[in-house]
Amino acid sequence: MYKYDTYDQAMVDARVEEFRDQARRRLEGKLTEDQFKPLRLMNGLYLQLHAYMLRVAIPYGTLNSAQMTVLGDIADKYDRGYGHFTTRQNLQYNWIKLEDAADILADLAKVEMHAIQTSGNCIRNISSDHFAGASHDELIDPRPYAELLRQWSSFHPEFTYLPRKFKICVIAAEKDRAAMRLHDIGIQIVEQDGAIGARFYVGGGMGRTPMIAPMIREFVPLDQLITYAEACLRVYNRHGRRDNKYKARIKILVHELGKEEYTRQVEEEFAHMLDQGVEPPLAEIERLRTFFAPPAFEDGPKTLDRSDPDFALWVDRNTHRHRHDSYVSAVISLKPVGGIPGDATGDQMRLMAKLARAYSFDELRIMHTQNVVLPHVKIADLHALWTELDAAGLGAPNLDTIEDIIACPGLDYCSLANARSIPLAQRISERFAAKGKTEELGELKLKISGCINACGHHHAGHIGILGVDRKGKENFQLSLGGSEAEDVSLAKITGPGFDEDGVIDAVEKVTDVYLGAREGDERFLDTYRRIGMAPFKEALYG
Amino acid sequence: MDNPLGTSPDEVQFRFRDDEVVDHGTVTVDACCDQTNATAVRIEPGDDARELLSFLDRLALVEVNFPSFADGRGYSAARILREAGYTGELRAVGDIGVDQLSHLRRCGFDAFAPDHRLDEEDAARAFATWDNVYQKTVDGRPTIQELRHE
Amino acid sequence: MKVLTGNDLKTGDVIWWTGSDWSRHVDDAGDVGDEGEEILAREEAARRVNVPYIIEASREDDGSVRPAHIKDRVRALGPTVRPDLTLKPKDPEALDWII
Repeated sequence: MYKYDTYDQAMVDARVEEFRDQARRRLEGKLTEDQFKPLRLMNGLYLQLHAYMLRVAIPYGTLNSAQMTVLGDIADKYDRGYGHFTTRQNLQYNWIKLEDAADILADLAKVEMHAIQTSGNCIRNISSDHFAGASHDELIDPRPYAELLRQWSSFHPEFTYLPRKFKICVIAAEKDRAAMRLHDIGIQIVEQDGAIGARFYVGGGMGRTPMIAPMIREFVPLDQLITYAEACLRVYNRHGRRDNKYKARIKILVHELGKEEYTRQVEEEFAHMLDQGVEPPLAEIERLRTFFAPPAFEDGPKTLDRSDPDFALWVDRNTHRHRHDSYVSAVISLKPVGGIPGDATGDQMRLMAKLARAYSFDELRIMHTQNVVLPHVKIADLHALWTELDAAGLGAPNLDTIEDIIACPGLDYCSLANARSIPLAQRISERFAAKGKTEELGELKLKISGCINACGHHHAGHIGILGVDRKGKENFQLSLGGSEAEDVSLAKITGPGFDEDGVIDAVEKVTDVYLGAREGDERFLDTYRRIGMAPFKEALYG
Repeated sequence: MDNPLGTSPDEVQFRFRDDEVVDHGTVTVDACCDQTNATAVRIEPGDDARELLSFLDRLALVEVNFPSFADGRGYSAARILREAGYTGELRAVGDIGVDQLSHLRRCGFDAFAPDHRLDEEDAARAFATWDNVYQKTVDGRPTIQELRHE
Repeated sequence: MKVLTGNDLKTGDVIWWTGSDWSRHVDDAGDVGDEGEEILAREEAARRVNVPYIIEASREDDGSVRPAHIKDRVRALGPTVRPDLTLKPKDPEALDWII
């Protein structure tokens, strides 16, 4: 894992003091709310329905046990004993006081964490594959490049007042576990003619106008990565729309200019930038790589005792094949049946930290699906790990099933929301678990957003649900056929919306259509793609 | 000629140059391209700073206007001019607060004329926020990555 | 009735204008009539409230105040998914009031 040096520490410490000063000026009345808002947002501090909300960055989703422990301690000390893991691999606290915010940032800084640029119209936390450095199928570990991008994007003087927020993702496998093409810039590290380089996809995103990012460059040499990103950003900063908030994301610029014209402008800027010497020295990426060298894996048993069916199910559902055949990556589900997706208590965070120390070389990862990963667990240790997780209510065997629902905070917490997402997630998981249908349905990604901003990724759900306000009542639109993975697609709306009870029934109906029509080991998504929308519509509205 | 575009030199609150302050008389980017004797120009957010590149030799002052501090196009305009070798005064004018100063400075601005006078102490602290920096820009500062491998 | 609400600048707590001060309890809210904008401007300038706004609400027969929009009812009580963290943790029927 990356470790701060005195420079990184000084940057984060300086930011804490800068924010402390900004909060002081706000409380003294030297800053109006209009002036303060963009500044607090750039430090992840929102004003939500019940209080301030603080979003803490977990860069590329990687953290160690000391960091996870402090996240749990902050939940207890400054919040109400819990936090919410988000689809951006971050953590949110819901009950924060402005007068405490700088102290929380100072506590975070002590373990090399921060809330820098977790909101605002700037480059946000860099996201990545939660199995980076652990998975059997990746080309290289993308995290040194994610860290390079983190440093480059932190307090970037030119790109702090962009037209709109900007999200970058880096992966290095063919399998896309990070919704890469639904980012403003998606970078896939690839091999071409024996050389390693970066493939750039630009202009993806969800929100009210979802778009899949087109590829704008097949191969950028890795020693020009920052320069190319800088060129992409400069064209956007100069020409992205600022007249309409809803048309200000880079996806609209790329769409309106056309991919070819946007690319031409980027290439022109890139050629100019190459002479400016903005690329960090090569020695720096070598330095970063050393932090992500694989830990000292040991050979051990490669099979396990499956006599306990509960354990066997959890292993089948919640573990992922590792680069070393004596290990797996184990997913800790934060989706207990009837629970709040992504929420964890302070105690649970400290327990996960302890387990990471005991079983996973001190490392944890946050998934965009709001679960937690222990990336390097010995197969020999799996049963002991599962026993401890299960005892703590963290052993739900439901990764990628209909119980593993992504849900944004919705109208229970969020000031932008039109409808509540969490109660729906709770009731849907309860319904399918009670009927024992979860396992039979297999991989089925259900994603719920409480408003058009799509924080719950409903456009990318095999089944998506969008909450809207219909004459003062919560109403839910159902959509089908989305995917955030390498087979990326955008879901299509089935038709008129439903009330809360109605949409739960509707979800069950579409799964029944699937079970009736599926061939072989087709997933829900595969069946939908084969048979199309009509049979589902017929079942829903016919 | 009284030009409504220009700021008065006495409104320049912070200046990091030793040469004489350029007085009124800025023209728009369009006018600057048309008339060959203008020495001071004012860039609005939607203007293309690159249109000025062939006139840089004759310019002594470029003002970049920020009607709203949240519109960051002026940061790119400034860097583009400095990257092209402009050495005259680069003045940020408009809705500029304490919290924009350090980034503006890093993008090449060496004079600041905020709409509202800023608290000197707060501003001094803001200019000094970052002991070191991660990005290579036009301010000549070595980056942290360079310092690590000196 | 028209009611003035916002968040406490320092703590972020949801607060309601009573007619002379701010309260955390929606039932304390008073009708601001046509004076909402004026009170709002004055209280915001004094930094006693952050991001204030005026809403429609109704006074019920039992004297309680019910904001017209579900969002403000969620604000008044707390998250429906965490009854333990609402202002009425021991009242299981309180959540019905929101919906």
